[in-house]
Amino acid sequence: MIRLALLLLALASPARAEEIVLGLSRDQVAITATFDGSDILIFGAVRREAPPPVNADPLEVVVTVAGPSETAIVHRKERRAGIWVNTDPVRIEGAPTFYAVATTGPLGEVLGITEDLRLAISTSRAIRAAGNRAFETADHVAALVRIRKAQGIYRLQEGAVDLEQETLFRTALALPADLVAGNYTTRIFLTRGGKVIDSYETVIGVHKVGIERWLFDFAQERAALYGLLSLLLAIAAGWAASAAFAGWRR
Amino acid sequence: MQLYLPIAEVSVNIFLILGLGGLVGVLSGMFGVGGGFLITPLLFLAGIPPAVAVATSTNQIVASSFSALLGHLRRRTVDIAMGSVLLAGGLMGSALGIMVFNWLKARGQVDLLVELSYVIFLGTVGAMMFIESLNALIKSRRPGARPKRRKHYWVHALPLKMKFRVSGLYISAIPPLLVGLSVGVLAAIMGVGGGFVMVPAMIYLLGMPTKVVIGTSLFQIIFVTAFTTMLHAVTNQTVDIALALLLIGGGVIGAQLGTRIGARMKAEQLRILLALLVLAVCGQLALGLVLEPSELYEIQPVAAQ
Repeated sequence: MIRLALLLLALASPARAEEIVLGLSRDQVAITATFDGSDILIFGAVRREAPPPVNADPLEVVVTVAGPSETAIVHRKERRAGIWVNTDPVRIEGAPTFYAVATTGPLGEVLGITEDLRLAISTSRAIRAAGNRAFETADHVAALVRIRKAQGIYRLQEGAVDLEQETLFRTALALPADLVAGNYTTRIFLTRGGKVIDSYETVIGVHKVGIERWLFDFAQERAALYGLLSLLLAIAAGWAASAAFAGWRR
Repeated sequence: MQLYLPIAEVSVNIFLILGLGGLVGVLSGMFGVGGGFLITPLLFLAGIPPAVAVATSTNQIVASSFSALLGHLRRRTVDIAMGSVLLAGGLMGSALGIMVFNWLKARGQVDLLVELSYVIFLGTVGAMMFIESLNALIKSRRPGARPKRRKHYWVHALPLKMKFRVSGLYISAIPPLLVGLSVGVLAAIMGVGGGFVMVPAMIYLLGMPTKVVIGTSLFQIIFVTAFTTMLHAVTNQTVDIALALLLIGGGVIGAQLGTRIGARMKAEQLRILLALLVLAVCGQLALGLVLEPSELYEIQPVAAQ
């Protein structure tokens, strides 16, 4: 009975003839006081029940890593009476604080447009998928992506995934030092001829630890006490410096 | 050496931040300005998110102002009576200013108004101070020049007269209260402590001696910025204590140096330098408004609800 069920299951999903088996060099990133970025190795293999199809398009791999999302307001500057003014604010929901796409080849060739639309893989698609109306916001979303690419927090690394004999793949991801804590959703897609034939999703947890964690929680949960402590420290430091200098001068 | 800041969520170079704090501390001790109009843009450049930069710099200003104030207290150059009257006006002004700010925000374009008022105000104040102190400096160089006798304005005829012993003034409490009030309004709208407006107002409108003005300005800045720090900590949780400690470390030492430099300089020289500083900030802001930006779009993050 169980065998029959398994057989039916296997028959029901013929697309999964090639499957991802994934490994991560680490699935937790701890932010300590001396944190200055982190490298994560994403690697894996393609498992097959049968040899790969003979005349098929070459196998490609796309890896995306998305940081926690936030809402951003994007303004456009316009010249009015000789002065550059912020105009036309657009609220963009679900803009990730970090987004990296790594591929085995040029994204346009590796991934079909319909697949990108369906699975929201490229950076601008991933933002638009969060319920932003495409028509009015297109320029603003493009600007958001452009600015954040220049800052290095949105990345497109074409050819950064190594694929060995259509079986073993790996890519290294350098997380920046100014990392926002939260869950980093990692997705891996296998494609042939622009069509996604398998995907895999996992999460890399980025958390503050030790004193970083304690201070953050303190500031959130006991805000008034935290404020008073900040002021007390400021007054004490001011007094200490003054006293030290007065003594030094005599 | 790098340090990851828990609230700002960025990694910064420790010595860079210490240096920034020290620089602003020197200015604070020399001129009696809090330095908020200078440290906040510098922190933006260092990669600190704006909300955290604004909130944390107020905390730093408390420390450097307090350190400088103690130096001035030892030298007896603080008019506490005058400071208290200004502060009373200032707190009323802040409350009023926040109302005005919210009213403008509801109408949009508040950012532009803030920047324009910065440019107009800094430009006027800076130019006036520069010309006046340059004249004073030239006069003092000329041999046989007599110090000008203090003028009597209409303000001296107002009721509610108070004795401000340290300043050597016997004037009505109404003008300082009004000065405090208008600076409070401006400070709340422009998001600064208001020292750079308060200092010239005390010199030119109230006729206080320059040496007393600085200590007195510091006295009232401490209370205003302490109040603002609490407000930011409670409503936005954007005060980064690690960043503040670094800035303070540089700032308090800088403030002590600044107080000593200021004590050795002539009042006119001090005023000229402050005027130049104010004009430089004004010029930089004005250029930002007039020149075509390289990026026409600007991202403003909104905290997740």
